[in-house]
Order: sequence, then structure tokens, then C-alpha cells
Amino acid sequence: MNREDFPMLKQDIIYLDNGATTFKPNSVIDAINYYYKEISANAHRGDYDISYKVDIAYEGARKNVAEFINASREEVVFTSGATESLNMIVNGFFANILGLGDEVLLTLSEHASNVLPWFRLAKTNGINVKYIDLDSNLHVLMNNIKASITPNTKVISIAGITNVVGDERPIKEITKFAHENNIFVVVDGAQSVPHTKTDVKDLDCDFLAFSSHKMCGPTGVGVLYGKKELLENMEPVNLGGGMNESFDSVDEVYLKELPNRLEAGTPNIAGVIGFSAAIDYLKNIGMNNIKLHEIKLKKYLISKLKNIPHITIVNEECDSGIVAFNVDGVFAQDVAYYLNKYHICVRAGNHCAKILKNAIGVKNTVRVSLYFYNTEEELDKLVELLSDKDRIIREMI
Amino acid sequence: MDSNMKREIILDNYSHPYNRGTDNTEGYFKVNSNNESCIDNIDLYIKFKDDLIDDIKFDGEACAISTASTSIMIKNMIGKSIDEVLTYIKNFEAMLNEESYEDIDFNEAVVFDETYKQGNRKTCVTLPYTGIKKAIEGYKKSLD
Repeated sequence: MNREDFPMLKQDIIYLDNGATTFKPNSVIDAINYYYKEISANAHRGDYDISYKVDIAYEGARKNVAEFINASREEVVFTSGATESLNMIVNGFFANILGLGDEVLLTLSEHASNVLPWFRLAKTNGINVKYIDLDSNLHVLMNNIKASITPNTKVISIAGITNVVGDERPIKEITKFAHENNIFVVVDGAQSVPHTKTDVKDLDCDFLAFSSHKMCGPTGVGVLYGKKELLENMEPVNLGGGMNESFDSVDEVYLKELPNRLEAGTPNIAGVIGFSAAIDYLKNIGMNNIKLHEIKLKKYLISKLKNIPHITIVNEECDSGIVAFNVDGVFAQDVAYYLNKYHICVRAGNHCAKILKNAIGVKNTVRVSLYFYNTEEELDKLVELLSDKDRIIREMI
Repeated sequence: MDSNMKREIILDNYSHPYNRGTDNTEGYFKVNSNNESCIDNIDLYIKFKDDLIDDIKFDGEACAISTASTSIMIKNMIGKSIDEVLTYIKNFEAMLNEESYEDIDFNEAVVFDETYKQGNRKTCVTLPYTGIKKAIEGYKKSLD
């Protein structure tokens, strides 16, 4: 749907790598241009009209994001992306309260951004990083979470939807159980917020991180959501302009209120304004419609791929638009190169979840990740190209 | 060489790579070579004898081009002196980068003479060469 809004889709390209990033509609590109062409001033400096207009647009974007996830405006901090958000959560908040022997629970299918900051905390603070067992479909089950916690468990940090196998985690149930046991819940929403309705009050998660560019917005912008009482206790990782009230000496530094306190330096103003346009765009389509369309496409693709004997699907059972598979006997990268010859963009590899190989025994896969602008016709073309194994081998080099 | 012939040589080296496996590699120099932008990942095992490359074996997972390039490189390098190997690599890389190079005998490696047309595959071809250069550097240091 809505393909006419996307300049990139005018090219002869079948883009099936939406888990990596998404295309941008005209309204987003126009919003960025509007900032650079008509109101190109800094934020929070409002002595003149165009700067005031920037403030209205920038803070309006914050309100828009807050409404989109049902948070309040001071709980929304703009960052450079989900990676920075997760690093701030770990280094600005948990680094100050976790110590020797405290346990953080992850899973083996987490993205590097939700693994490596915790690994470092293990080195610096002596915490233990542990993993919740995945079932045979690589899903997270409540029973496995319950079995994983100990009196030392302090945090559960997991993706809402994973980027490799696309399973959706029962976040609401997890937070309810976690909070009964005084455990914080951090949600990596990079793959979930773009594809499914997210309500932080309903989920009751403590922190949520996500990126604009995976949801039709510009690159270089992300969101750190945290419950207000937790953000109040977050140490700014960066200090500088825009976040301080006043300072005289080492002992006399006064910081601004939330959320500006956590946004040092000139932010990515154009990006934030573009992101707000992306949210308007998604709201207009409707998050439920997006999800339904993706699931319909995913089921369609799986039904077709299942008829091809030389294809093994890794994640048949999942509730999002991600299909991971392999062509038997052909290296995933070669499949991707072959499809590229026909202008089909898919991803080959471990998708930044480098420890998942321990769980599935398959190191690399070809990944198709769908969005609302993909069509059954595009998938027909993909299936046709994958159906002849001799052709793949002949043409992969 | 026409493109069908090239394809055949590449596929042959991919399907039956030379010296794949790590049996009896005691005393070999081991180096890992992997491509950041993709998932190719190989280990090279190199046996030096004074200033000669006495033997090379490899293991790992890589795409057809990387695997074939490794197999061909191993065939070409065994028995050469370190200086010959470095001259070979310098000219081979110049060929890949469309720069001027000495017309030395690349043997089967000429199948990659048009790789520059597919920029994203250059790193597949050079993967094993990055590894052997690393190993030579390490070997030279170990002699110091």
C-alpha cells in the first residue's frame, strides 16, 4: 500500500531489507527540507522568529512521539538511535545501581546493541549476564523466564520483536512478573515499534529504545523512553550545552529539567522534525493495518517457500514480517548476491545477533523483512528466482 | 578467457577447494580473515620454511567467490618465496583496483580480472590475501 508516496520505490528495486532500514515517504523528505530551507536555526535559543519556529517544531515532535507510544513529553529523550538509547540506559542508569553479582537477563537472539553494553557492565561493575532459554521455535516463554530468575536478577533486557527470527515477546506479561519480583524491564523496540502498536503504559516497561529510520523516518534519530521517576535518576552520559541551567565551578553545576537534561549539544533537529512527519504518516495508515498487511504477506511467502524442496525456513512460526531461510547447500551470502542481480535487496548473515548461532546451530541465514509497502507481486518474483537451485548456483558468481 | 570458462574455474574451486581442512597443521601460522561488511570468515594455516611458503591450508565459511579465491591463492602461493608472494599480491591487487600492474603469471587467478565491475565483490576476492599478508607480517616479527 501507499507505494506512490515513496521516491525510492520508483526505481526498479524490490526492497526486502526493512529490518535494516526503511524507505522514506515524500512527507518526511519534505519536512526535513522545510527545516533546512525555511527555518534553519538552532533550537532553544528563541530570540528571533525562525528559532521560535524551530522550538515549536522540535517540541511538537516530542509531543507527537510521546502520544504515539502513550508516554508523557518529559519521558521522551531524542537520541541518535536505538543504539545510543540502550547505551544511555545501561551507562547512565544501570551502571550507577548495579554491582557485583547482580544479574541481567538477555536472550541469545538479542541484537549487539542490547548485548555489548551489558558485557561492558559485566567487566566494569561485576554484573553477571545470563540468558533466558529459548524454545525450539526460538520464542521466549513465560515459564522459561520464571525459571531463569534468581534473587540476584535485577534487569530483564530484551527486544520486543527480534531482528533475526521476528518473534514477538510477551512484554506485558514479562513486566508484570518482573515487577512483582523487583526486576526492571528494558525493551529494545527497534524492530517492534515500527511494526506494531506500542503503548508504554499498557506494557508498563521501565525503558524503551527505538530508531526513527526503521519506521520511515530519517537516520540518526532515535528515542529513549524511560519512566519519569527513573529518568530523574539517570546520569547524563553527555554534558554540555542545552542541558545545563547554569554553572560556576566544579561544585556549582545546575542541570535542566527532563528531558533536555539528557540531550546535550545541538540535537539532530532536521531529523527529529522528519521523524515527526514519519509518525504522522504511520498514524495515518494505522499501526494495526501495517501489522495485518505484514502478517498476510509473511504467510503468503511462507506458503510459497514451503513448496520449494531446497529451501529450509528457520522461523516459520512467528508473528511479524520477518522470514529467515537458507537454500540448502548454498552460502547465504551467495543467495543474496544472486538476488541482487535481479535488484532484490535481502540481507545475508547473522544480523548482528552473533550469539544466536549458539541457539539455532545455523550461523547465517538469508533474511527477508517486510513493510507495508511490499506486495505479493514482489514476493512472487522472489519465489520464482529461488525455485530453481541450478540457476542460483549458475548465476551466484 | 571467456566468462563461461571463468565461471567454471570458480565453481570448480568452490566445490572442491584445494587444501581445505586443518589436519596436521601443527607448527603452522594461523590467521583469521573476515569481512566486516559480510559474513565471510576463514582461517588460514601457513607453514613457513625459512623464506619460503611451504604449505597453506584453510578452513571456515565463506561465499563462492571467497572460497574459490582462497583455493586458487593457495595453489599459487605454495613453494613461492615471501618476496615473490608479496610481489604477486601487489600486482594482483593492482589488477583488482584497475591500476597498472606487471604482467606476472596469475594462473587461475586471472578469473578475477573483471571483479572491479562488481565493486561489492572485491572484498570477497581479497579476503585470503588479507590473511596471508597478516601471516607474513607475524612470521617476520617472530624472526626478529
